[in-house]
Amino acid sequence: MKKTVEIRWHGRGGQGAKTAALLLADVAFKTGRCVQGFPEYGPERMGAPITAFNRISEDRIRVHSNIYDPDYVVVVDETLLHSVHVTDGLKKDGAIIINTPRSAREIRGLLRGYEGRIFTVDARQISEETLGRNFPNTPMLAATAAVCGVMDRKEFLGEMQASFAHKFAKKPEVIKGNMAALEMAYDKVEMDMTKTNVSPVNQKATAKQMKQSA
Amino acid sequence: MSMKGSRDRQVCSKAIPERMSGNEAVSYAIRQVNPDVMPAFPITPSTEIPQMVSTFIANGEIDTEFIPVESEHSAMSAAIGAEAAGARTMTATSSAGLALMWEELLLAASNRLPIVLTLVNRTLSGPININCDHSDGMGARDTGWIQIYAENNQEAYDNYIQAFPIAEDPRVHLPVMICQDGFITSHAVENIELLEDEHVRSFVGEYRPEEFLLNPGKPVSVGPYAISAYSMEAKRAQEAAMERAGEVILEVADRFHAMSGRSYGFFEEYRTKDADYLMVIMGSAAGTAKAAVDELREEGHKVGIIKLRVFRPFPEKEIAEAIRRSGCKAVAIMDRCESYNGNSGPLGSEIPAGLFRNKVMVETVNYIYGLAGRDFTVDHVKSVFAELGQVAQGRVPAPNHKYIGLRE
Repeated sequence: MKKTVEIRWHGRGGQGAKTAALLLADVAFKTGRCVQGFPEYGPERMGAPITAFNRISEDRIRVHSNIYDPDYVVVVDETLLHSVHVTDGLKKDGAIIINTPRSAREIRGLLRGYEGRIFTVDARQISEETLGRNFPNTPMLAATAAVCGVMDRKEFLGEMQASFAHKFAKKPEVIKGNMAALEMAYDKVEMDMTKTNVSPVNQKATAKQMKQSA
Repeated sequence: MSMKGSRDRQVCSKAIPERMSGNEAVSYAIRQVNPDVMPAFPITPSTEIPQMVSTFIANGEIDTEFIPVESEHSAMSAAIGAEAAGARTMTATSSAGLALMWEELLLAASNRLPIVLTLVNRTLSGPININCDHSDGMGARDTGWIQIYAENNQEAYDNYIQAFPIAEDPRVHLPVMICQDGFITSHAVENIELLEDEHVRSFVGEYRPEEFLLNPGKPVSVGPYAISAYSMEAKRAQEAAMERAGEVILEVADRFHAMSGRSYGFFEEYRTKDADYLMVIMGSAAGTAKAAVDELREEGHKVGIIKLRVFRPFPEKEIAEAIRRSGCKAVAIMDRCESYNGNSGPLGSEIPAGLFRNKVMVETVNYIYGLAGRDFTVDHVKSVFAELGQVAQGRVPAPNHKYIGLRE
């Protein structure tokens, strides 16, 4: 991981992008890092485009502005690609992580000439399979953790288990489904290789290497 | 009721690393202080504070009497009644909520009631907007309250704990407003180091007012009419208390340093030594400014920050001396608030007045930034310093009252 990683979340009001950003700050904190997790508030309407932000750093974080040149962009709702310039300022060596059933190759056409890495995960499908409803933020959190390499899989899942045990103390029956959603998304997030020099045969392995070396 | 403990004991508290939002941090401090009474009416972005305190009460963690009132006017009225009765009292509000308290803010201060109010700064209408600027706090700057501003959740927490011993000191007896930036710090989860409950309790001590309504042995009247022959003396006494508050704020900061290891003053000087250009700034934007200063220093620019923490009492002389000491050529004075006086924001008026009175002759430029939540970035800070350099070298005339980050 770089010294300071900046992440920008795009979602729609009610999809839990803010909660996911706060949970990511939570788990990163537990690995001993300095964290920031905050939403940009506007008129709070269900379905309106919203942004949330994370800074994760080895050093104390003092900047209190939004993030304009993120290392990673997370798109919780792919319909935003038509109305929001999600890749604005995204660093060339960064990556975008999108909730979509479509292939990254198809998505690239919607990204206004963006040439960097694209990761896709079908968060809706995963959520419906594991939780019975569409809560895309939980799978997107895991996909983001996997791509950013904030911590390894075992550590991430362990910390999330503890978080959920606390958060869902009054309805422990939902913990299992949420953990399954995280695991599935962590493992299923896929990188598009069409614009990089890496052989597509080893997509999965390369994504993991990148996590380790990032 | 109030926590038992002696204010004299100085024990170093273990730091408890945590992560939480500014609202959570202040609520955590309220739980540790366990005030006697909290009347409150919820308003964004401070709503979470009464909400969390209510939860602490419902869980039996504290025995604070929570009074759900029908407006902020009533919240401050109830706070005045409770504090006058002899109970340690606090409330929380933002924006229009503070504006609705305005009449009572003056009563709280003039009746010398050491109420603590946690203000989560939000702009005032209009246009109606929920985001941060300092127009609510600045609107109350002449109500007789002590005002302390925070850069982040840590400072909001630390300032809150220090508020009670400052307010309740017999030399002061004034209400204290602990301010933090709405959403920017109130809703941002960040690292924080908390203190142990027993240390906070002992630091704040038990509230023992010298005079209070529910004391049949020593009857007093609160809020009576004063004829012109006596009224002015009361006001002079109130101003004298504000003048004495400075030394108490520093004493409390010293005790807090002994407990926590974190030191506070009227303001923080960040890389001001030998600075050619300074920026005076308050609240969360000071953190962004520090990051910009580090980058500029690395490029060889001698720049620094004065982060104002205590706005009331206004440390006019100390700020002027700090600017003199730095030997700087020009100062950017940053206001997250408009005064609508046709000239400058609040700091843009008060700091140059202090420089003049203390005979520190240096170029100043007043900038207005971040109104109604307009983002303020590292690049904005750099642009201000760049312009300040041009002004000091006589390349451009000194602009005054300039807006930063405005749509063209």
